[in-house]
Amino acid sequence: MTAREAGLVACTRCGRAWPLGTADCGRCGAKLVSRDAHSLQRVWALWIVGMMCYFPANMYPMLLSRQLFSVDESTIIGGAVDLAHHGAYGIAAIILIASVVIPLGKFWAIAFLAVSVRQHRGFASHRRLLMYEVVEYIGRWSMIDIFVVAILSALVQLKGLATITPGPAAFFFALSVIFTMLSAQAFDPRMIWDAQPNDNEASDNG
Amino acid sequence: MSSMSEAVDLSHSPLEELIVCPVCDATYQLERPKNGERAVCTRCHKVLIAPRRKAGMQIIAVAVAVVVLITAASVFPFLQISAAGRSNSVSIIDAALSFTEGPLLVLALMTAGFILFVPLLRMLLTVYVLVPVVLDRPPARHAIPAFRLSEALRPWSMAEIFALGCAVALVKVADLATVSFGPAFWMFGVLVVLVIVQDSFMCKWSVWNSLEHPKRQ
Repeated sequence: MTAREAGLVACTRCGRAWPLGTADCGRCGAKLVSRDAHSLQRVWALWIVGMMCYFPANMYPMLLSRQLFSVDESTIIGGAVDLAHHGAYGIAAIILIASVVIPLGKFWAIAFLAVSVRQHRGFASHRRLLMYEVVEYIGRWSMIDIFVVAILSALVQLKGLATITPGPAAFFFALSVIFTMLSAQAFDPRMIWDAQPNDNEASDNG
Repeated sequence: MSSMSEAVDLSHSPLEELIVCPVCDATYQLERPKNGERAVCTRCHKVLIAPRRKAGMQIIAVAVAVVVLITAASVFPFLQISAAGRSNSVSIIDAALSFTEGPLLVLALMTAGFILFVPLLRMLLTVYVLVPVVLDRPPARHAIPAFRLSEALRPWSMAEIFALGCAVALVKVADLATVSFGPAFWMFGVLVVLVIVQDSFMCKWSVWNSLEHPKRQ
């Protein structure tokens, strides 16, 4: 039985139940909404901003490295390709996965969840929830690229020999990660379960 | 692991004795699990309550240790690089503030926030909220907004991601120069483990409950 069916509204922050229509949680002060109707609008708005930041993040250089007389500007994908040419396939794969596969996968997964909640189509709630949890968990880890750039550009400052400075892509990439995280947080997972009331009865007994 | 029993007839039970799963909205009659056991939502398998004996004291101890480590780790040198007789050593503050031109300054502040200030603030808030609870005193002033802020900051505390970032950065410069670790590197390693341990001790529901009923705890 869900709180809404029982005429209650739940606080998603502390788990306390209140009569439907209560505005704020008396225990932790959170705003109470039975189902966040504007949730999807916010999800899409933040999703679009994240996507818009992701394009410049891939077009501008991420790192500017100067070694003796040469200046090397590398984008995310360009840097990974360079590494692969030097034989470092493992690191190239890590970089490609962390900065290309995971962000694109996140965009796809959030869009899929937001669309599927509307359409009431047959895709098990448990699998969609798993997807949501993976997106929420993995989202933060994309920041690793920004931290690597920060460490490299602070560390590699050997005057005359080699210096590394961050490129504009770092800024856009960080924004893209932040907006995608916010987009995933705006999603109300309770909507996943509303779409398929029959599916949960089976799992309750099992 | 114990499963909550579904609340069947909700009209007779006072609201205080219900607990609602935040992920799927399933409603249960509140049954407090014993220390060390967990109450799990039967529908979506979210852990609802996971009390531990003396968890409060342990969390406070870990939080104090983390505060000391963050403060120390941000000042001491973190990594040192040397090539052809030239060397450079950086602290975490240097790494965080390496974006200093134009719009990248915003990025510098965000990076410093994610790896130092947010984890630090979370730990201080945790200590502030939990100390009166553990000592069976009435909650501290503004304990509720303080704990709320601490929970809201949870996804933005990225110390462990920074630690993995170091590993990747090391591999990248390994063929360019010799890299050696400073004391702060090891402090940061310990810190990451402590943050993860603390997260697994923390039972949000128990904290909210004891803020609501200070004496029952």
